[in-house]
Amino acid sequence: MEQVLLLLIFLPLVAALITAFTGNAAKHVAMVFALASLAIAAAITCQFTPDASKQFVVNLPWIQSLGINFHAGIDGISLITVLLTNVLVPIIILASYRNDYKKPASFFALILFMQAGLLVVFTAMDAFLFYIGWEAALIPIYFICAIWGGKDRVRVNMKFFVYTIGGSLFMLLGIIYLYLQNPAHNFDIQAFYQLSLDPAQQGWIFWSFFIAFAIKMPVFPFHTWQPDTYTEAPAGGTMLLSGIMLKMGIYGVIRWLLPIVPAGVQDWGTTAIVLSIIGIVYASLIAFTQKDAKRLVAYSSIAHVGLISAGIFALNAQGMQGAMIQMLSHGINVVGLFFVLDIIFSRLKTNTISQLGGIAKVAPKLAIAFLIIVLGTVALPGTNGFIGEFLLLMGVYQFNIWAVVFAGLTIIFGAVYMLRMYQHIMLGETNDLTIGFEDIRGSETLVLVIICALIIVLGVYPKPILHLSEASVQQLLEQVNQKLTSVK
Amino acid sequence: MGNITQDLQGVPLNHYIWLSAIIFTIGVIGVLTRRNAIVIFMSVELMLNAVNLLLTAFSVHSNDPSGQVFVFFIMALAAAEVAVGLSIIVMVYRNTQSTDINVLNRLKW
Amino acid sequence: MINLVWLVPLIPLLGFVINGLGRNTFSKNLIGFIGSGVIFISFVISIGIFLALGNDPVKSHEIFLFDWISAGSLNIPLSFLIDPLSSIMLLIITGIGFLIHIYSIGYMHYDEGFGKFFSYLNLFIFFMLLLVLGSNYIVMFIGWEGVGLCSYLLIGFWFTNSSYAAAAKKAFVMNRIGDLGFLIAVFLIFTTFGSVEFAKVFPLAGNMLAGNSTIALITLLLFVGACGKSAQIPLFTWLPDAMAGPTPVSALIHAATMVTAGIYMIARSHVLFDLAPVIQHVIAIIGLATAVLGAVIAMTQTDIKKVLAYSTVSQLGYMFLGLGVGAYNGSFFHVITHAFFKALLFLCAGSVIHAMHHEQDMRHMGGLRKKLPVTFITMLIGTIAISGLPPFSGFFSKDEILAHVYEQNKVMWAIAVFTALLTAFYMFRMIFLTFFGKYRGTHHAEEKIHESPSSMTFPLIVLAVLSAAGGAIGIPEALGGHHWLSHWLAPVIPHLAGAEDFATEYMLMAVSVTGVVIAIIVAYFKYVKQHHVPVADEGKRGVLAEVSYNKFYIDEIYDVLITKPLDAISGFFYRVFDKKIVDGIVNGLGWSTSEASKGIRLLQSGNVGFYIFMMVVGIISLLLYTYLSL
Repeated sequence: MEQVLLLLIFLPLVAALITAFTGNAAKHVAMVFALASLAIAAAITCQFTPDASKQFVVNLPWIQSLGINFHAGIDGISLITVLLTNVLVPIIILASYRNDYKKPASFFALILFMQAGLLVVFTAMDAFLFYIGWEAALIPIYFICAIWGGKDRVRVNMKFFVYTIGGSLFMLLGIIYLYLQNPAHNFDIQAFYQLSLDPAQQGWIFWSFFIAFAIKMPVFPFHTWQPDTYTEAPAGGTMLLSGIMLKMGIYGVIRWLLPIVPAGVQDWGTTAIVLSIIGIVYASLIAFTQKDAKRLVAYSSIAHVGLISAGIFALNAQGMQGAMIQMLSHGINVVGLFFVLDIIFSRLKTNTISQLGGIAKVAPKLAIAFLIIVLGTVALPGTNGFIGEFLLLMGVYQFNIWAVVFAGLTIIFGAVYMLRMYQHIMLGETNDLTIGFEDIRGSETLVLVIICALIIVLGVYPKPILHLSEASVQQLLEQVNQKLTSVK
Repeated sequence: MGNITQDLQGVPLNHYIWLSAIIFTIGVIGVLTRRNAIVIFMSVELMLNAVNLLLTAFSVHSNDPSGQVFVFFIMALAAAEVAVGLSIIVMVYRNTQSTDINVLNRLKW
Repeated sequence: MINLVWLVPLIPLLGFVINGLGRNTFSKNLIGFIGSGVIFISFVISIGIFLALGNDPVKSHEIFLFDWISAGSLNIPLSFLIDPLSSIMLLIITGIGFLIHIYSIGYMHYDEGFGKFFSYLNLFIFFMLLLVLGSNYIVMFIGWEGVGLCSYLLIGFWFTNSSYAAAAKKAFVMNRIGDLGFLIAVFLIFTTFGSVEFAKVFPLAGNMLAGNSTIALITLLLFVGACGKSAQIPLFTWLPDAMAGPTPVSALIHAATMVTAGIYMIARSHVLFDLAPVIQHVIAIIGLATAVLGAVIAMTQTDIKKVLAYSTVSQLGYMFLGLGVGAYNGSFFHVITHAFFKALLFLCAGSVIHAMHHEQDMRHMGGLRKKLPVTFITMLIGTIAISGLPPFSGFFSKDEILAHVYEQNKVMWAIAVFTALLTAFYMFRMIFLTFFGKYRGTHHAEEKIHESPSSMTFPLIVLAVLSAAGGAIGIPEALGGHHWLSHWLAPVIPHLAGAEDFATEYMLMAVSVTGVVIAIIVAYFKYVKQHHVPVADEGKRGVLAEVSYNKFYIDEIYDVLITKPLDAISGFFYRVFDKKIVDGIVNGLGWSTSEASKGIRLLQSGNVGFYIFMMVVGIISLLLYTYLSL
């Protein structure tokens, strides 16, 4: 069975190489490969036994003199993120069908290359491999933004890159430190779990990892690259960034931060929660008055991710499970939002809210799809967003009731800015610009139907997904608690 | 053959060290004080050979042939390096009609 | 029969899907038939359930459907609860819902969004049924927010009008404020009782002592939720704006069903509220204040729907007053009668608006009595019912609340009676301005006025009968009845025996009825005898009337106190904090790096000799360092 995991990781890589040479047919080729990856992920999900164990484990020697192995495996937590990646990549490719990108072969090849990097991150059980994947996923998105981005792309891309590289540098330091502390001299995650570091050391490691993850998510105050990058990146790039890439940070916290340095989390987790909650309120408030819809969604994303981060650091089953399902939901919803905005942008060449209006009158299908996505984003019960936010808020509540009062403001504020945006873009009377707006057709309809269906299905029957990660989450929490008691 | 080796071993190690140090210092001073690129280049070679001499001497002294193997490597590399270095200098001379390093100060900032 | 309860919400959902998909292809007749038909089927099943429950000795049935969310110790099934309380709500929702669907076939006939309208209405019924059927707080919350969504969709039904779209958004956001309270209350309930199932929470709560501070917090937060949904101070301002929606929507959602969800929820959780006397007191005060405020504002409104909207706010306040004094039965009774007569009044108003070709201003009406006889008579019945004249339904329910208020607090009772007088006054003002006197519009428009089609008058007649006779389900012992409703509800809500003797009860009835009659006479003299017509918008009014006409400037106050500051903070955060401080630090790091390199790069002089010299110096110092540190 181990070949399956190798296939899962390397298929996108091979696909990227092939796609790069297919010229104008690239999108179809990329689509076929992405669907094949999805099929593999689906097969893995079917074969997966929902317990806490690592399955489909691959452990091949790589650079043995340094104790580096190609060690990867899938447990419930990985599986959710793998599913997220492999579901969203075909959607993003399909969403890019309608765009007339120059050099399409490179574009789609880079998407697939990024997919490979992400899958490495989500399955790696060797810190070195994890780091390789972490950086490898960054390279394609750099080129995607740099080549196909907007007017201000050079400056913004530089900022984005320096931010993330700076963050991962701290993480690299942390990894090397752990490696040196490890008597077995390898990068194996199990060995890292068993290290006994004193709380001061754990505090340092906590920050070295947390900064890297916080920048990626992003958590306030490490977020200022994000709105700029989301606005300047091409639609496909924005979807990759917001839909999948920021989950690397969340996944990193769950997999590499909590179990390795529980005492550090105990000392600094409150700070992390406070930052996350400040981020929720702060980003929501900023979203109120944004003039550009893409920027508004970018800030809303900071708010939503802030809640996920707070839920994780609350360290309880509800918060953690909420984070799992919300990773999936947020990915789907935010991709949907950016896709709708791209449809509008490609027709009207603007995302400035005040210039739009009345589109619902001329494009009723788009209006329905957009509304469903907006409702998913504002966490209406019956949509996927509710399950995640409900569990996350419950997790945060068990941490502290005041935390939930502020974090819960996202329920209100989210409705305010999202509906305000929806109202000013879709409702009202048409103007000169929007009067000739064409309703969605072809691949656009397909993408939106898939996204809306996922939103509702996950909202009505989330149990299968929750079930996948339940045992792993439980084990993770037990591991953390055990380690904490043993330190005392 | 045996005799030569024995004779060589008869020379005290200190002599080699002193000789190498003197050659090396001459090389360093040559590099620091001369302005002609070719002379500097020759001085660098001098330094390199001082080290080679020392390596050989230690190799014989401690009866370990790997020092001499190193020397062969260094000589092979030095030959390649000379070829590249000289060709650079030739190109520089063709373009600027000079091998004075104080004239060649455009490579900055 | 009871096991078929899952069909009750499912069928309207099917209707939503079918009508939603066929909204552009089906004929209007087919859409109307499907839309009303599904509700009728649900209504029939609801009657079956109601009868089955009546014959069943077990009064509480839980019907488990599937596991919805589980995480750690939290497990939330999607399951329904059938007991006397929910079975009555089923009847009201599907029954009145059905009538309003029928009415909408006529009312919306010329609207291009006909199919969309019916699918939204069906969706609303689905969520409302979910709300009352849920066997735990979370399923209730799905319905709770779902009806909010439908309310949003239907208020903004004519979305090309941007002020309607804004009203829809306002309703959703205000509801959301309440919903956050509800949600936190649910968390508290979960941590306190370890479950969110009604069947587990209430028995555990029964063992607790009154005055428990956690319970007080839970009930306060639940009440915040109810405030949002049921339009109480301070979250009531969305309801009058919600009149932007089509009139059947106002009747169904914003009068008969959704806005009473808060009362339903509190009645459902009465075990908790009984343990928190302080919060009960708060509820009573807020309810009373809302009742007075709504009534005072309704006195001067000129838009026929706005009058009814503020009247609804006021009546909801009444119900909360009842809840606050522990008269859960009375409040629930009032929910039922209010559903009858307020739905009737809104539908009548819709009929008037329909006849007047979308004119809603009463200043342009008058003398419609002859032109719209059915509408006039049914609306008069509704008005008498809401004013509380015996033997119409409103009298009994209002009287029951007043009696319990009197027991608890005489001052509150006096204010409540005063509010009842105001209610009678403004309702009759509306009747007189609309149907009496001379027509005040243009002659041209007058000729086009016609009575509504039978699809619209039929529901009016049925509701008029219910408004007139609906009180029969709760005739108090003092009047020789045996109060069927409170006996029916007894398994859920213990019957609260009136401590007052019959004599006091007669006295209370006499006082309120006399007051109401006087108020009606005053209104008659002012608006019929003296032909008083409210002045135009910019005309001169007294100070009090001006304040009332402008709704106490509450929207403006909220704008200045909340919206503006939040927008200002938002701008400050974005332009100053985000762009200057956080981004400033980041860019500052970049800037200082490049500045530093500008200085250091001068070392790169291009002089090879200098480089070599530095190299030698470097090597020598390294050698020295190693030598010295040895």
